[in-house]
Amino acid sequence: MLSWLRCGVVLTGLLAAQPVFAALNVLACEPEWGALTKELGGDKVNIYVATNALQDPHHIEARPSLIAHARSADLVVCTGAELEIGWMPLVQTQSGNPKIQQGQRGYFEASRYVVKLEVPQRVDRAQGDIHPGGNPHIHLSPYNVEKVAAALAERMSQIDGADAAYFQTRTKSFLDRWRQAISRWEKEAAPLKGMPIVVYHKNFSYFISWLGMREVGELEPKPGLPPTTAHLRDLLAQLAKTPAKAVVRAAYNDPRAVEWLSEQAKIPGVTLPFTVGGTDAAKDLFSLYDDTLSRLLAVSK
Amino acid sequence: MLKGNLVAAAIVFAFAGPALAQDDELKKIQAEIQQMKETYERRIEALEKRLAEAEKKAGKAEQTAANAETAATSATNRTGENAFNPAVSLVLQGTYARTSQDPNTFHITGFVPSGGEVGPPKRSFGLGETELALAANIDPYFRGVAITSLAPDGGADVEEAYFQTLALPSGFTFKGGRFFSGIGYQNEQHQHAWDFQDAPLPYKAFLGNQLKQDGVQLKWIAPTDLLVELGAEFSAGDQFPGSDRNKNGIGGSAIFGHIGGDVGSSYAWRTGLSYLKTSPRNRSYEDTNSSGSAVTNSFSGDAKLWVADAILKWAPNGNSTITNFKLQGEYFRFKQNGQLTYDDTAGSALFGSLTDSFDSRQSGWYLQGVYQFVPQWRLGYRYDRLNFGTVINGIVLNGLGPTGADFPLLANHGPSRNTLMFDWSLTEFSRFRLQLAADKSRPGGTDNQVLVQYIHSLGAHGAHKF
Repeated sequence: MLSWLRCGVVLTGLLAAQPVFAALNVLACEPEWGALTKELGGDKVNIYVATNALQDPHHIEARPSLIAHARSADLVVCTGAELEIGWMPLVQTQSGNPKIQQGQRGYFEASRYVVKLEVPQRVDRAQGDIHPGGNPHIHLSPYNVEKVAAALAERMSQIDGADAAYFQTRTKSFLDRWRQAISRWEKEAAPLKGMPIVVYHKNFSYFISWLGMREVGELEPKPGLPPTTAHLRDLLAQLAKTPAKAVVRAAYNDPRAVEWLSEQAKIPGVTLPFTVGGTDAAKDLFSLYDDTLSRLLAVSK
Repeated sequence: MLKGNLVAAAIVFAFAGPALAQDDELKKIQAEIQQMKETYERRIEALEKRLAEAEKKAGKAEQTAANAETAATSATNRTGENAFNPAVSLVLQGTYARTSQDPNTFHITGFVPSGGEVGPPKRSFGLGETELALAANIDPYFRGVAITSLAPDGGADVEEAYFQTLALPSGFTFKGGRFFSGIGYQNEQHQHAWDFQDAPLPYKAFLGNQLKQDGVQLKWIAPTDLLVELGAEFSAGDQFPGSDRNKNGIGGSAIFGHIGGDVGSSYAWRTGLSYLKTSPRNRSYEDTNSSGSAVTNSFSGDAKLWVADAILKWAPNGNSTITNFKLQGEYFRFKQNGQLTYDDTAGSALFGSLTDSFDSRQSGWYLQGVYQFVPQWRLGYRYDRLNFGTVINGIVLNGLGPTGADFPLLANHGPSRNTLMFDWSLTEFSRFRLQLAADKSRPGGTDNQVLVQYIHSLGAHGAHKF
């Protein structure tokens, strides 16, 4: 028993002696926040992204690699609004890292800095897997990204004061480019105004609201529940009366129901990247918006 | 103001009307009107600009109001004395069971009874344990968790009740109270999170289903990209394979190490080794000797358990919502050495009370795979078995009293079981399961079991444990 312990202590010493790099270690919960941190932090940040664009951010497990990366993180950048409720609290308590616990500087929730849509009046699971704080998929409104960028830059500067000036310069440059891009996108997206679409899950609400599009139905009968045949038939009947221009899904949503409805209702099915990495073209936040717009514009005529 | 000026202009124009006979005067008036028109246009333009600005400001005010409203909505439920209520969740469970052998006489032949409720559920309809969990951060330094299970026939059992540190530096976490031991893989999971209704045979035989520790745990996570987790536990050691000793000091200790990580984005794995040592004193169980008389056997000595565990999870690109597969297995080696006391004084009193050496080396393992083939539906198969190994019972060997037949529960037998599971989860909060098992825990033949089970959880969102 004692020799085991001694063994453990030696091993501990060896592992603890690993070199530590000066850069800020960031664990980003979703690819969009990984991309944003990269824009603001450049090469002064080491970023590990917990999920990829093909994963449903609601259904992630506190897997070993997440606990290991949370252990060394100086900052965890998540969406919040209960999006990561199934796994982040567990990762936090298991990580043994006091810096990233709830209420600490090292835990950043992007959704705190924006006005959330679809805040439920009543909170009851009979309504499906709803989020009491409102719709958490906030990153598809460029104005939200702008607000989060400013707040995140401030937080990064607080934690890593030595690089604060560097972060501020990068943030200014990012925001300048981002604001230019917004006016370009808003011009390009003019034909999308009023365009009726059907979505798989309510994960495009901020985008739809930004461009004044209209969401006329969801494939999920209730948030978080997979589409049922009965619900799809109802939707089809509804579309026969009030047609939509496209059926839209995020790269991680099940394609089958979209394909079925698109075929039956004879309207195009569109796969949107949803986040960075969701399509080959969506390599960063700018190209995420570019690609999303071009895919929607292609079916808007 | 603008309107007033226009009216004034019109009046001037009307009164001046008759006097406009001459051309140059007409021209003069026309020029004046042109001038007035230009002035008004400029004024209108300026006013429009001001209006637009005012509108913009109003928009901002609206936005601020909306912000304030959101803040207000999210804050409404957070005042008053219930503002700090912990997360509450409740798990409802129940079964319908059909077994070909009597569940009341269930035992795992060849292995010292572990004292836990290891048998299949009662026949016909039966209520499972109802689990009530409360958890919250105590302050910035500690988190508290209490999980009680309410038994169907009354009574509550404290499954876990512990505090855990949140603020220790360098990857350390300290836990104190009652908690599921970190040894092995499945031990830390609550029963409702298992992929089968019951525990694998080695868990039943060597840990009485699951090892609860009353004590402390120190865990350390290495600062590496690969998960390296080392832990040590010190406890009273009063649960099987230990026993309540009424002694000062530490009754049981365990150490474990786990490593884990990802392979690409589709695979995640974890594997580990654990060691548990306890020193039971007068740990007793009831048996019936060859002449049908009641016997109490009790063991004092050392009990050691080694566990090797491994789990591999697969989901295409790590997206487990559509399909996923989980392969899980654990191997156990169990060693006891000490003294066994055979006591039939309360029964036939043929041999009275005899004590001699007792040594055993036994093992067991299980392997299970669970496949979600479409959303909501999973299919699983488990094979588990125990190896009798070697049992050296000094009382039998010295040939002066009881023979092997007087220890029927320790008769040479290698239990095994095949289990098939099929479950359906409409959401992550509800689950219905059909489980079929062919159980050879008893030497008398196969116990064919059919189980229908429901597991529903309500309240706070459960954790997605790996």
